[in-house]
Amino acid sequence: MKWILVLPAVLLAQESTVIQNATVYTATKSAFVGSVAFTGGKITAVGGKIIVPPGAKIVDGTGLHVSPGIIDSHSHIAVQGFGVNEGSVSVSSMVRITDVIDSEDIAIYRALAGGVTTANILHGSANAIGGNNQLIKMRWGVTAGELMMEGGTKSIKFALGENPKRQGNPTPQSGGVARYPATRMGVEDIYRQAFTETRAYQKAKADFKAGKTTMAPRTDLKLEALAEVLEGTRLVHCHAYRGDEMLMMMRVAEEFGFRLATFQHVQEGYKIAKEMAAHGVAGAGFSDWWGYKMEVADGIPFNMAVMTKKGVLAGVNSDDAGLMRRLNTEAAKAMRYGGLTEEQALALVTLNPAKQMKVDHLIGSIEAGKSADLVIWNKPPLSSYAVPQKVYIDGKLYFERDKDMSDRGRRAAAKKALEDQLKQEAPAEQKKGGVPGRRGPASEGTAQ
Amino acid sequence: MRVICLLVLAMTVWAEVPSGLAIRNARVVTVSGAVLPKATVLIRDGLIEAVGADLAVPADAWLIEGEGMTVYPGLVDALSTLGQDGRPGGALPAAGLAPAPPARGPEDRPRTFSWERVADKVRANDPRVEAARGAGFTSAMTFPNNGIFAGQGAVMNLGDARPSRLIVQSPAGQYISLSLGGGRGFPSSLMGVIAYIRQCYIDLDYYKQAKAAYDKDPKGRTRPEYDRALEGLAESPRLLFPAVSLSEIDRVLRFTKELKQPAVLYGLHEGFRATELLKAAGMPVIVSTKWPTRQADADPDAVETTRALETRAKAASTPGLLAKNGVKFAFSSDGQTATEMLRGVRKAMQMGLSEADALRALTLSPAEIFGVADRMGSIEKGKIANLVVTRGDLLGERPRIEYVIVDGVKYLPPVPPAVPAAKELTR
Repeated sequence: MKWILVLPAVLLAQESTVIQNATVYTATKSAFVGSVAFTGGKITAVGGKIIVPPGAKIVDGTGLHVSPGIIDSHSHIAVQGFGVNEGSVSVSSMVRITDVIDSEDIAIYRALAGGVTTANILHGSANAIGGNNQLIKMRWGVTAGELMMEGGTKSIKFALGENPKRQGNPTPQSGGVARYPATRMGVEDIYRQAFTETRAYQKAKADFKAGKTTMAPRTDLKLEALAEVLEGTRLVHCHAYRGDEMLMMMRVAEEFGFRLATFQHVQEGYKIAKEMAAHGVAGAGFSDWWGYKMEVADGIPFNMAVMTKKGVLAGVNSDDAGLMRRLNTEAAKAMRYGGLTEEQALALVTLNPAKQMKVDHLIGSIEAGKSADLVIWNKPPLSSYAVPQKVYIDGKLYFERDKDMSDRGRRAAAKKALEDQLKQEAPAEQKKGGVPGRRGPASEGTAQ
Repeated sequence: MRVICLLVLAMTVWAEVPSGLAIRNARVVTVSGAVLPKATVLIRDGLIEAVGADLAVPADAWLIEGEGMTVYPGLVDALSTLGQDGRPGGALPAAGLAPAPPARGPEDRPRTFSWERVADKVRANDPRVEAARGAGFTSAMTFPNNGIFAGQGAVMNLGDARPSRLIVQSPAGQYISLSLGGGRGFPSSLMGVIAYIRQCYIDLDYYKQAKAAYDKDPKGRTRPEYDRALEGLAESPRLLFPAVSLSEIDRVLRFTKELKQPAVLYGLHEGFRATELLKAAGMPVIVSTKWPTRQADADPDAVETTRALETRAKAASTPGLLAKNGVKFAFSSDGQTATEMLRGVRKAMQMGLSEADALRALTLSPAEIFGVADRMGSIEKGKIANLVVTRGDLLGERPRIEYVIVDGVKYLPPVPPAVPAAKELTR
């Protein structure tokens, strides 16, 4: 009896929303016309016919299309402070993108307007072992601390190829100082050195715990992060293009007893898909662009389809604030090149990146219990005419195209008013330059 | 005979120099308590001996008839480089030595001068000191500002005594900048700078433990290596962190919470966007009065974001909003002259800051933030006699300063010389 009384109170306290009569793409099965209900930030029901909770807010989805929020597994937006690389050293696992998230980067809002709800903000690719990454949700308007995804996994960036060896040759910019390594062989050596050092560190900690030594080793943030890699609690997302290098990386990982989570870019993944599947590493890359430098010459647009068919968990990502806003059409290309089904293609930018980052129990598809990260599109999401109309994160409406359009006049007027006000105050202020309100573009894409 | 007469006369004058000072029947703005409409302030040996109505003026005191005058506590610049020579602090490589090789990681302690004390370097003949005193400033927090850990600041009085007499408190805090400073090697990014600071505080804990263990039982143990960088951190009573934009304020609030160190933020031009955050954090802040302006050489056709315009239009509303939300704040000159700084304070007053709150932020609040409110910052018995005597409002458009008293010594305001603001690198 008591139970019956309590239940409605709970439901009333948390407002429910139901998107009705829309075409629903769950990313796990074929599209159907039906409803999605969510309460308290979580999806509660999805299907052709569902029970509408009492008092629920109804969103009419007639003629519209609902997909899970797009997940970008490789982005460098919203990073503040002299670039996305701690490029002074080849092993920079002590640095954290978490520390430098800029909640005010307009790229967040633009990504949101393109249907992106979650992105993994990665350290750059200048170092063999880069910094720690941060999963953020595109909650435009909140502080950086509130952008971080709850329950997100820890990860670190590795990089192979030209970038981590580029500083091996002294330049005027480097002050004539070269940074080891200068070759691809040297990059491999960096991993061996770093993990050998990490093992010694782990042993010293274990010895102290076992009472064999009187003083614990000094806590070293650089080695702490790498120890988490060896222990399997920190995922490795590795920038890589060439098949031979990826094979090297998998061998090194297996030698030190850990598994890589993803190869990022993975242009030659189609050549080594069998080996990737055997190691269990996923492939996250571009849809159909390549050839922008020599080591990317062998890219093919069938990459995602080939990897998928060979059992590699494939995903499409952006590495770019612009491309990030149309990842839906990037994913759709895998239907044209390689013949993936609609669900498979949509999963490349939703469920698969969620799995690659080990957060698929929270996000990535429209299933009861997952976060209500949803996009309502005017056209099927994989159509090149599709434009997001509404974007929800944790059940909260963060983007509404109609509102954005109708607000533009008001925003322009507000800006004009500010300009006029400042012009009036100007004579007194024109004496000296000051601190500008905001410094430069916050995010810089790295070299691919 | 004539010589003897002169000698006697001189001795007489010497004997009659009063040891006290009294300002009688003036309006006294104590800041710590109520405004006294007609009261007397007695000063002796550099301290405030008594404050109140109907106080008898001792026979041996200089007397200032304060009728029509107002006595305020001396103003305080909460973050400056006053008393330091033009070159910002931090060790420069000795002549003839090659520059240090680029740092390869936190262990090389890059751009760290945490052990250096500005109190050891202060000099009284910085012309900016006299200019500041002339505008009503009697104390300043002076900090080195070169380096990630730039060194220990000091609270100093702006008198003209020898430097050792001017220092009120040292160390007053560790100045941190989150910039790169053009150095090569680690760190080369903001996340690297933050990682470095984080590692230093982990190292400090370890260093303390290692030293304690060694001191307890040195036999058979390798002695811990002396680390001047960590010694400097260990003696820092508080950390001064830069935070100008909303993102920076949010970042530093989270970071200092993680470090578990007492901290003070400086900059704060977007404080108007962060009042809720600051209120919740309960952390004191130092607001720079150098309000953002459009750069003089900016392209007139360049399109600015609404956000940048809003920052310029509203930055000066920050102090008023902080006062309303109960956030403790003080003002810093941030490289401006004292006169420019007061103009900046008046702009904040035009944008909602009350005169009483402005005055508190220039006197008692900075003293509280730096832990010296028991000895300065207000007109109370026993505190250091740092006072400004004016006709009319001190924070008005044209304050007429009659006397400035520092450590009980009376100064007449000089005709302010045109001192160009020294270039400061506070960020």
